[in-house]
Amino acid sequence: MNRSLPLIILAMAILAFATTLLVIVPKFQIGHEPAPAGLHPYTAQQQRGRDQYVALGCVYCHSQQPRTPDQAPDAERGWGRASVAADYAYDSPHLMGTMRTGPDLMNVGARLPSMGWQLSHLYQPRAISPWSIMPSYPFLFEVKDKAAPGDTVVWLPAKSAPPGKVVVAKPEAIDLAAYLIALDRTYPVPSTAIRDDGYAKHGAGR
Amino acid sequence: MLTLGLFVVISFVVSLAALAALIWAISSDQFSFSQRQARIIFEPDEEGQLDDPTISPRNGRSTHGNIEPTKFDLLRSSIDASTARPVSVLIGSAVLWLVIGSAFGLIASLKLHLPDWLDTQAWLTFGRVRTLHLTLVIYGWLSMAGIGIAMWVTPRIFQAPLQSPTLAIWGTIFWNIGLVAGVIAIACGWSDGEEWLEIPWQIDGLLAIGGALCAVPLIRTAFTRNVEHIYVSGWYYLAALCWFPALFVIANIPGIFVGAEQATVNWWFAHNVLGLWLTPLGLGAAYYFIPKIIGKPVYSYALSLLGFWALALFYSQVGIHHLIGGPVPTWVVTLSIVQSVMMFVPVIAVAINQHVVVARNMWAFRASIPLRFISLGAIMYTAASFEGSLEALRSVNTVTHFTQFTVGHAHLGAYGFTSFVFFGCLYYMLPRITGRDWPLPSLIAAHFWLVVGGFSIYFVALTIGGWLQGEAMLDATRPFSASVILLKPFLEGRSVGGALMTLGHLLFAANVIAMFARGRHPASAEGSVA
Repeated sequence: MNRSLPLIILAMAILAFATTLLVIVPKFQIGHEPAPAGLHPYTAQQQRGRDQYVALGCVYCHSQQPRTPDQAPDAERGWGRASVAADYAYDSPHLMGTMRTGPDLMNVGARLPSMGWQLSHLYQPRAISPWSIMPSYPFLFEVKDKAAPGDTVVWLPAKSAPPGKVVVAKPEAIDLAAYLIALDRTYPVPSTAIRDDGYAKHGAGR
Repeated sequence: MLTLGLFVVISFVVSLAALAALIWAISSDQFSFSQRQARIIFEPDEEGQLDDPTISPRNGRSTHGNIEPTKFDLLRSSIDASTARPVSVLIGSAVLWLVIGSAFGLIASLKLHLPDWLDTQAWLTFGRVRTLHLTLVIYGWLSMAGIGIAMWVTPRIFQAPLQSPTLAIWGTIFWNIGLVAGVIAIACGWSDGEEWLEIPWQIDGLLAIGGALCAVPLIRTAFTRNVEHIYVSGWYYLAALCWFPALFVIANIPGIFVGAEQATVNWWFAHNVLGLWLTPLGLGAAYYFIPKIIGKPVYSYALSLLGFWALALFYSQVGIHHLIGGPVPTWVVTLSIVQSVMMFVPVIAVAINQHVVVARNMWAFRASIPLRFISLGAIMYTAASFEGSLEALRSVNTVTHFTQFTVGHAHLGAYGFTSFVFFGCLYYMLPRITGRDWPLPSLIAAHFWLVVGGFSIYFVALTIGGWLQGEAMLDATRPFSASVILLKPFLEGRSVGGALMTLGHLLFAANVIAMFARGRHPASAEGSVA
């Protein structure tokens, strides 16, 4: 090849072609799906918690996209039904994730709906699961001599609690826990909803 | 129905355009290729001689009997003088980001098996440290080193001095400011939240301007070149420097995409950063330096045409294999899987060209450490691409998706391939840029063996550990905790490998700093004034 301009034009045309197929056509298709009736926009507190989830990088260890029983035992682990495109109608940035160093969190609110559990676990995951390699987040909490009125005191087993002190959740921790509890997409979706059905066995429903 | 109709229209328009392009290319003789054109990188008396500036009688590394210092003709030294300053700034920045980025990588690796270490500060939490590592090594080290090498090689193959070098220096400054601002933002918790796109879009503009300012001088040089033929490295570089700004800007425009749509944009971009940015930067460099150091042209120059266009066509469509089994349309996932497998075509074309010329000249592989770095990098490109094609198959992906296997694979591409190639290129280039020998030549071999050993441990640990992790997660009779517990020793192994790699980078940086600290040789400095 001896010409720069045709080379650049053809190279960009190929990229435009790929962009059409991978980005523009899927956008049309996904954009036509209505949000499910059971899915609600995040409240102000849940959104603040979601911002914490983004800022702390939870997505790098936790996916939010259970797979079909045809592919993997995600549902048997209690992670919920296979997610569909419309489940993410209010998500920006999307937090589907690519790693399961920890479990999938698409429906963690349905599985572990206790604020107290979530706060204890965020303060020290190994207080609940000794095998866990999740980071602890002590900077989302305050260690005090005595709880003041209105403080949310975090329950901890004796081995994880600072001796003679109480651990109190900061608003960031409560917001994050509120977001986690709100993660509940157990409402039904139509069987024609958009998702990758490439693993479906013939004649089997979702 | 909407998509079906769209596809018919798209395929019709594309076929027409492709037919027109083919008729034009045949009628204007674009496909006539000869090995003669593969030789334009050599000066008349250079062919058949090993060209390795790390070997010199002065530093006692003369291992091959009849090596003479390469003769420089006037034209090439004036071309090298035109690129010396912008390339030095780019390389200096890249090496700094390599060292800092590796340190963050090592911290992130340690934190995965020491989760209570350094947990009192938000900016040191795993999710941020890991992201700082990726951002620094991709946008700092690999991008800037890659641009720097492209900026040094392109004027050489065009046999014309770099046009507007000052613009390139400004581009580097903008890029660095954007990177520092982005890294600080991420450390403070201000992130766009999508993998590979964490730098806030408000800051991304600086990187886009920086990249454009670096691209313009190279494109201008292409239009003022003094040779008829564009050597294969030039195709990769010209295309990559146009692809990346387009990708980066489109992916960062806020507010257009939400939810599942955003996920397709995310992975369209993230895989194209590898396929249409780092890969062409690495391949362009390997296509120049492997034959240049050995003194023999690539095996089959005509094949490189197939390798280039097949890469452009197939690689640009593979991104959605990151969403296999996910909430996006089945057809787009399948399309990406098919194109991932089609990647065997360009990869084999490149492999034949690059590996055969090295295999026929193993004496050069043994004699030259830069060639060893670059050739090993090219071999790891072949390996990473084969592995990637297999990983995109639904059966394999079910096991490896969501596991550390993918992390090992990503490092085989971004580290084993591009970083190894770039190490070798920089060892070749810096003596030519400064006119001096490497000040600490014994560290070059130490660097090589540390990163080869370290990366072998790294890759084997994550590949085996990740596969076992994936199998454990697929077995409903085992609790989730089993996948975490079995992984721990492999994560510790990865930290050992990562520490050796980081140590190697420190030796490399020490050599680069010592080189720049001594300044350019007076003789070559005069060249830049003339």
